[in-house]
Parts: sequence; C-alpha cells; structure tokens
Amino acid sequence: MADLTTMPMAKALNAGLRKAMQDDRKVMLMGEDIGALGGVFRITEGLQAEFGRTRVLDTPLAESGIIGSAIGLAMRGYRPICEIQFDGFIYPGFDQITSQLAKMTNRHEGQVQMPVVIRVPYGGHIGAIEHHQESPEAYFAHTAGLRLVSPSTPNDAYWMIQEAVRSNDPVMFFEPKSRYWPKGEVDLAASAAPLHASRVVRSGTEVTVLAHGAMVSVLLQAAEVAAAEGTSIEVIDLRSLSPIDYGPILESVHKTGRLVVAQEAPGFVSIASEIAATVTERAFYSLQAPVLRVSGFDAPFPPAKLETLYLPDADRILDAVDRSLAY
Amino acid sequence: MAESETTVSLLSKEGALQPSESAEEFLPYFERLTEDDYRQFFTDMSVIRAFDVEATNLQRQGQLALWPPSIGQEGAQVGSARATRAQDHIFPAYREHAVAMIRGVDVLGIIELLRGHTHGGWNPAETNFHLYTLVIGSQTLHATGYAMGVNLDGACGTGNPDTDTAVLVYFGDGATSQGDVSEAFVFAASYQTPQVFFLQNNHWAISVPVSTQSRVPLYQRSRGFGVPSTQVDGNDVFASYAVTAKYLDDARSGRGPGFIEALTYRIGAHTTSDDPTKYRNSDDLAYWIERDPIARLEAYLRGLGADDAFFAGVREEATDFAADIRRRTLTLTSPSVDKMFDSVYSEPHPVLAEQKEWLERYEATYADPAAGGN
Repeated sequence: MADLTTMPMAKALNAGLRKAMQDDRKVMLMGEDIGALGGVFRITEGLQAEFGRTRVLDTPLAESGIIGSAIGLAMRGYRPICEIQFDGFIYPGFDQITSQLAKMTNRHEGQVQMPVVIRVPYGGHIGAIEHHQESPEAYFAHTAGLRLVSPSTPNDAYWMIQEAVRSNDPVMFFEPKSRYWPKGEVDLAASAAPLHASRVVRSGTEVTVLAHGAMVSVLLQAAEVAAAEGTSIEVIDLRSLSPIDYGPILESVHKTGRLVVAQEAPGFVSIASEIAATVTERAFYSLQAPVLRVSGFDAPFPPAKLETLYLPDADRILDAVDRSLAY
Repeated sequence: MAESETTVSLLSKEGALQPSESAEEFLPYFERLTEDDYRQFFTDMSVIRAFDVEATNLQRQGQLALWPPSIGQEGAQVGSARATRAQDHIFPAYREHAVAMIRGVDVLGIIELLRGHTHGGWNPAETNFHLYTLVIGSQTLHATGYAMGVNLDGACGTGNPDTDTAVLVYFGDGATSQGDVSEAFVFAASYQTPQVFFLQNNHWAISVPVSTQSRVPLYQRSRGFGVPSTQVDGNDVFASYAVTAKYLDDARSGRGPGFIEALTYRIGAHTTSDDPTKYRNSDDLAYWIERDPIARLEAYLRGLGADDAFFAGVREEATDFAADIRRRTLTLTSPSVDKMFDSVYSEPHPVLAEQKEWLERYEATYADPAAGGN
C-alpha cells in the first residue's frame, strides 16, 4: 500500500540517508560541514545528532583525503557516503576517485569491494559564484569501475540513495541542486526501482527528448508547451548515467524516429554525445532525423548573471524539437 | 641528508653494537630479540636480495616488463616488517618486497604484477599485506582510512596484545611532496589513528635528490601536523626493528599515529628502465655500500660466533629461493581474458558483459578451421 508524503528532494535525501543508516550500522557519512551544520545544503541535517559523531564525520577540508580515507574504510568493511560540497570542488579528489576507488576491485580481481557513495550537488540555476554550478559527470562516466546516477524527483532521490548505498560498487550520486527545494510526492512504502533503469516520464509519439537531473523538469515544461501547440513529445528521465539503460530509449526512438538529448554540461565529449552516437549506431533505420544535442556551451560556466543564456531552457529544447521535425 | 646525533642507531657500520644516545627509549624493544631472531633477520635480508637479483636478471632476459629493486633497503624493510603482528595491516608502495615475503605473501605475485599478468598479485585478506600502489603516496590515505576503521571498530587501545591492531604504511622520500601524504597526516592527527607512517628515505625519487623534496630533514615534516616522529638508521636492521616496534605498540595502545624516517639508500636503479649513472656519483654509492645492512649484520653475527656453515646455509637458501622463482616465472601462463572484464565491477554490468561477448565472437572469427578448434 502506498504511503505518500510530500517533501522536497533535500528532505527526501535526508530521509533516505537516515533509512540507509538505520538499515546497516556499517553505513557512515563523511564530508565537510556535514555534522552540526548539516551540510551547506542541509542534506544531512540532524543526522549527526541522531547517529553520533563517529558515524557522521566532519572531515578536514581535503577532498582527496575524504575519498582516499573512504577507500580505506571500505576495505575495513564500512560503507562510507562522502559528500563533496559543490560540483566544482571535486577535482582535488579526482585521482583518488579515478585511479584508486574506480580501479580497486579490478586490481584485487574481485577480492575487495568498494561500496562507497560519493554525493555531488551539481548543476546551475542557483545564481552562484564560480565553481558552484558545474556539471562534471562526463569526466567520471569515462572511467570504468564507477557507476553514476542522478535523480530528478524527490521520490527517486529517496529510493536511489538507498539503492546506491546498497551497491557493492562505487556510485557517484549527482544531486541536481536546483531541484533540492521544489516539493514532490514520495512513496515511503514502495519498493525501489532498479538503480540503473531509465524511465519514460511522459508519453508522446512525435519526438523523444531525454535528460537527467534538473533538465528533466525543463523537458516536461517544453513538452507541455509543445502539446498546447499540437506536438506530442515523449520525455525520458535517464536516471543512470553509467551504465546507460538504452532499452526504453531505443524503444521510444523506434516509435518516434526522432531524439533530442539535453543536458546542462558542455556538449563536447559528453553524456549527450555518447547517447547520440549509440542511438545512431543502434537505431539508424528508425531515425527520421539526426539525433540532436542541446547542451551548455563549450565555455566555462559563466558568471551567474549570464547563466540563463548558458543553460538550455524550454525554448532551446523546443527549437531543437522543431529542427528535428523539419527533417 | 646524512644522519645526525638524533638518528637512532644500534649497530655501527662495522657491525658493532653501539647504541646512540637517542636509542635509549627503544632499547627494551631490541633487548627482547634473541640470537635466533638476529639470524632470521639475516636470512630474510639475504633471501630477498637474491630474489631481487634474480628478478632483475629475469627482466634483462625479457621475462618481466620492469623491475624495481630494493637492494640496499633490506634493513629498513626487514626490521620494520618483523616488528608487525599478525593482526596488523600493511599498506606498501611498490618496492617492499621483503615486507611482502615476511608477511607470507608468495612473492611470485610481485613477479606476475611486473610481468603483466595482473594489476594485483595476491589477496590481502590472507596476510593483511595490501596490494602495491603505483601512484605515489595514494596508499597513505587508504592506510589512514583503514586505521580510522580500526578505531571505529574499537580494535585498538583495549590492552589485548592479540587483537589490538595497528596500520603500517610505507612510502618514499619523493612521496612526501605529494598532497595525499600531507592530507594523510592531517586525517591521522585529527582522528588519532592507530597508524605508523614508515618513510624509506632512499635519497632518490628516480633522478631527483631528496634535497629537492625538502630543505629540512624529513622526519621533522610530520611534527607540524602533530604526528611525533623519529629518524632511524634504516640500514641498521636492529634499530629499524626497535623503533618500529615501539611506534606500532604506541599505535596499538591507542596513543595515535607516528612517523618514522628510515635513512637508507637505493643501491640499484629506480627500476630497470633507469640509468643512475646519468645523475649520481660513485662516491655517494661507495659511502652507502660501506653501510650495507647485510654486511654489518654478518659482522655482528660472526662476532657472536656464527660460523661459515651458517652463512653457507643462508646462501643456499637464498639461491634456492631465487631459483624457484625463476622456475615458476617461466611456467606462468597468460591470464584469461576474463581478467579484463570480470572484476571491473562487483555486480553485473551490461556494457562489459556485451563487450566481453563481442570480443569472444570476434576472436572466434580468427579461429583456424583446419585445426578443428573454435
């Protein structure tokens, strides 16, 4: 039976983390300012008071140190969940993530598991200063050994964080910070959907559009506008960035013959590029138009006063939909 | 960075027992050793040197891609490794061949790593000797995290000598410049981890001298982080043992992390791809060869009455060990293609499953039908 409650994604993540910690005493949180403060976004609010200072660890300000010591803790049997404070602050930990965490199970030929979750608040639309609005997911998707997911709704956030913690592989959990506060329905009694499944979130017939994280709500907005103008758009929420679940995507493309992939990240060598290439390889004879990408520009994320020009909005999505339909 | 009056030493370079003043607090740890232990140390050092020579030969004969010899550093390694207890965990860099052997690792695993058969080579769960780490300094953080876990488990500071656990992490003078090593010191100090940082200062990071890494003696480095430290003559196996034993005891007792700088010298090349004649002079080498850890222990043992038969026996054991490594190296078979795909993830992964299947089908198209195979 459904147990529905309405809450923002930030609270859903907090509830999901609490549940994960209740379910397994080896689960622990570590990161900068996550204890008394509850994290700069308050995602871990109240958890240190509830679970104590040893399970909710305020760390020194050192991202490599956080990831590197989480690896050692995982070797000892713990399941650390690391918080990276902002997307643009992850790079000091890049070596430990890509050369150590990602490769550790492979180096051990399967004899060691790395159940480490790295939570990364990411993306724009929050009007913040440099390094606080980036979408670095492609760097990590390129590295074998990591799994990458990103929820777009409070319900997914609640369930996906628990599934990520249950995974015995390292999971990078990208949280769309512009979606932290809009409320949505969370079903606390449901069973978790598979972590790496993409999902059709709005059915349509003429064009398929897909995205992950905050961009999904932009697609839904665009689909609404298009529907009013008589165009039927199918919207897919990617949910998992590595591996990518191509089943629902290919099924949709076989039906619509057209695909637009959207993301906040720069387009060059990106998740959208990968999907465009793969769908072209696998659904060539179904396509009525080239797969189009709508991305951030290949420039550094601009000062916040320019972010609305940088980030794809519903109009840019609809422009791509029109271009696709024109073939 | 030569030794000074603060450097802890017990055995002079001539092999006489002459404890430095700074050795006083470590003497009780030395005094618990017996003559059998001395002989064991001698055998350890001799066997691993023979192994190193054999592995270098194997590389020169095209059997290994690369070899990083540990020749000259056996005193620091054997002394520190013999100070560990079974429950302790060791995180090596990639030159700790003697430590691996003493912990019970089949060192053919190191050969397999350097021959291109594996990225690992052994299962750390069997010996608590973790895998080699090739990115300089990364393992110091893994050790610190592991030690944080030991703390969380309450597995140190209980007074039980059989379960109280310490973590020992090895790294070199070059690694001290890496940010990860500094971060490891910060985390270790903040969380008071049961951990010993063991620096083998072999004076060279490939071709760059230690003076480029640090303008002050390296043992002083950790003190600014709040981690107490000692500099030891790393070519003195007794001093290396005694200092490490005390620091490990302190860690197991819940007194927090410590740092040991063992002064030693890389007698050989950084690896078989290196050419030290391009950057260092022979006087330096001669200075350190005079301080060889094996020769000085031999002198000490002879003074105690060890006879030629003992040394001949050790030589034979070392030769046999090396010959066995050579024999087994030459019988190693290529790894299965499974190794490339099967343990990238712990749980099933559709992309790798698909690519593995593709490769199998692709390779099958090259099968020779005349041979009747597939």
